[in-house]
Amino acid sequence: MNIINFTPIESFTGGVFIGLAVAILFLLRGNFAGISGIYYNLITFKKSGFLWRLFFIIGLIIGPIILKLFNYQDLGFEIPHTNILLIIIGGLLVGYGTQLGSGCTSGHGICGIGRLSVRSITATFTFILTGIITVLLLRFLGFINL
Amino acid sequence: MKNIVIPIFVGILFGIGLTISGMTNPSKVIGFLNIFGKWDPSLIFVMGGAILISLPTFLILQKKISYPFFNKEDGFQKISFKNIDSSLLIGSGLFGIGWGMVGFCPGPSIASLSTLNENALIFFVAMSLGMVIKKII
Repeated sequence: MNIINFTPIESFTGGVFIGLAVAILFLLRGNFAGISGIYYNLITFKKSGFLWRLFFIIGLIIGPIILKLFNYQDLGFEIPHTNILLIIIGGLLVGYGTQLGSGCTSGHGICGIGRLSVRSITATFTFILTGIITVLLLRFLGFINL
Repeated sequence: MKNIVIPIFVGILFGIGLTISGMTNPSKVIGFLNIFGKWDPSLIFVMGGAILISLPTFLILQKKISYPFFNKEDGFQKISFKNIDSSLLIGSGLFGIGWGMVGFCPGPSIASLSTLNENALIFFVAMSLGMVIKKII
């Protein structure tokens, strides 16, 4: 096995920040920080809770900007291919799939596993598995070169 | 407090966490899914760090307090105790395919808007559209 670009310290530290965000939102406001659900309810204009969802999403966007203002050297930004069709289909699948499966990496992966929910653990294994197969297929078809 | 200060603070914390951990970089996510090639195991450490905090919060702290500090009226969000059904499996499966195709899940896609990267914006619009399609059909 070939291991590359491994950043255990940065990734663990970032993970703790994410965990703290989940904990604070839950203990102070009572909500799960499942981002796909929060964003979905915001753009489909669900009446109750519109304001807090809006400010959560605004915070999510300005978080990285604050780091940039402090000249924080992040771990880069690169999509391994520039195939516009893959990007559009991928986006549609992520949007549709997270709503059909009622959660994403934060909702199922961090909140759900944190509650030891069997549903969320199953969902997390499912999307990691289909993700692994997809990357294998894209490499095989020559779309990405990793 | 509960509608502006807490959510914006938590959103910022989440966005900073995603950036520090490297999860706003699609290459690192695809590197994690590339277990049969050159593998980047970092994502396991992100989830590990996050669950290390979320698990005791839900399993221990919640039982010690009867309602969220700034939101006594609504209380803790209810969880729907559903079984594992085909929607969960098909939806999560489709999400994983899209995740592997580009390396973005919803959080990092939104947090990456500040890069103003053209492909990140296109992905974000397509993702939003996918959610609206689910709402309509």
